[in-house]
Amino acid sequence: MGSLSPGFHGKTHAFEGRLPPGQYPTESFPVLSAGPTPHIPTDRWSFTVTTEVGESRTWTWDEMMALPQEEPTVDIHCVTRWSKFDTTWRGVSLDVLLDEVETAADFVVAESFDGYTTNLPLEDVTDGKAWLAHFFDGFALSPDHGGPARLVIPHLYFWKSAKWVKGLILTPENEPGFWESAGYHDYGDPWREQRYWSD
Amino acid sequence: MPGWRRARLTERTDQTATGRTLTFEVARWPGHLPGQHVDVRLTAADGYQAVRSYSLAAPADTDRIELGVQAVPGGEVSPYLADDLPVDAEVEVKGPLGGWFVWTPEEPGPLLLIAGGSGIVPLMAMLRARLASASDAPCTLLYSVRGPDEVWYATELDSAAQHTHIRRLYTRLAPADSERPAGRVTKLDLPPAEGSRCYVCGPTGFVEHVSALLLGAGHAPDQIRTERFG
Ligand SMILES: Cc1cc2nc3c(=O)[nH]c(=O)nc-3n(C[C@H](O)[C@H](O)[C@H](O)COP(=O)(O)OP(=O)(O)OC[C@H]3O[C@@H](n4cnc5c(N)ncnc54)[C@H](O)[C@@H]3O)c2cc1C
Repeated sequence: MGSLSPGFHGKTHAFEGRLPPGQYPTESFPVLSAGPTPHIPTDRWSFTVTTEVGESRTWTWDEMMALPQEEPTVDIHCVTRWSKFDTTWRGVSLDVLLDEVETAADFVVAESFDGYTTNLPLEDVTDGKAWLAHFFDGFALSPDHGGPARLVIPHLYFWKSAKWVKGLILTPENEPGFWESAGYHDYGDPWREQRYWSD
Repeated sequence: MPGWRRARLTERTDQTATGRTLTFEVARWPGHLPGQHVDVRLTAADGYQAVRSYSLAAPADTDRIELGVQAVPGGEVSPYLADDLPVDAEVEVKGPLGGWFVWTPEEPGPLLLIAGGSGIVPLMAMLRARLASASDAPCTLLYSVRGPDEVWYATELDSAAQHTHIRRLYTRLAPADSERPAGRVTKLDLPPAEGSRCYVCGPTGFVEHVSALLLGAGHAPDQIRTERFG
């Protein structure tokens, strides 16, 4: 023994327990999306939660901003393998928004202004696990990162955290969204490396 | 599946400012096919291990294997392999791996190799295997590099040009005698389809771009084989 890779130290093991398998940490904030960036002024922005029986509740920007706000600091993990530690957001817990409607649904589809959709089990966006965020790192969320408002659901790969989100649709059945129909995993747990259908 | 074997670094050659070819001696190496790769495992003093894939740059040659490593800035493994692993020191390798991105001289048809940067490595194994064989099937290599300083295997490719149609495509900086201006690969750079088997290797973006061009130029999807370096 003795001569095996002498002088090799390794970089990412300092993050063991915090970095999901196959991920590397990044300081930057890469931008990835399927199409061009939509620009939605806040005076034309609204957010609607629609139940499985078609009832809905809508908030304007000012109404949303008047709700109780939280400031989660969380690690986020993109399926393209970057992870970013200690990102700080400001926004409304989805618990606050979902409290306003009556539902027995088990699933939710997030819908964006650009037509993007992504599906989630309802229990993955309740009990303090998900936010409608409009502030990142002390600044209003820029359009390329999903502004004016996006979802932040840190325990799943970041494609679940829909940018430019305009509403949630509650559904009794699971309905795969944009990437989920295009080969990405239905659930997307970074700790189990659920990247693609086959994972 | 055989496990990890020790590989001793015997030689390191500069190909570019940041690209190196490394020759390792691996006792009882079982041989491999042009296009296959190995997984290389590094072990730190505290037991931490890191694994990355590297393509085999030359056809099988007893106990010697050649790898080509492009140092990625900030990378965990490639800068260490490129510059720090001492000659005579060991790493571990597993392989050969990969059964799809392979070519052997028995393949009868025309061959189209398209490399982006360090993606030349597995295609070099194919090119060398073809030159060592009696294969007279037509072969074209399109080699996309940023500029003249980024060409791997420059001398060997110059002499291979006697038997193989080799075109260098410069993406950023083209030398004065270049037949085309600098820019990324376009459909005009592709030779006619002619039923060639195509092998495309390089960074993911490059591979995606070139495969789309090949499909557009009428190449059959099942004749296009790709290797993405990430
Ligand atoms: C089948 C196959 C064959 C391959 N063959 C070859 C080959 O022949 N030659 C070759 O050179 N490569 C090859 N590769 C690529 C190779 O496996 C590695 O991916 C490559 O060498 C980079 O590894 P790395 O450890 O240096 O970088 P990594 O540490 O994996 O980093 C990758 C990227 O993440 C960034 N990054 C890493 N850590 C951080 C951090 N802490 N903060 C910010 N950014 C960070 C790096 O800057 C870099 O851009 C092949 C890949 C595959 C899949």
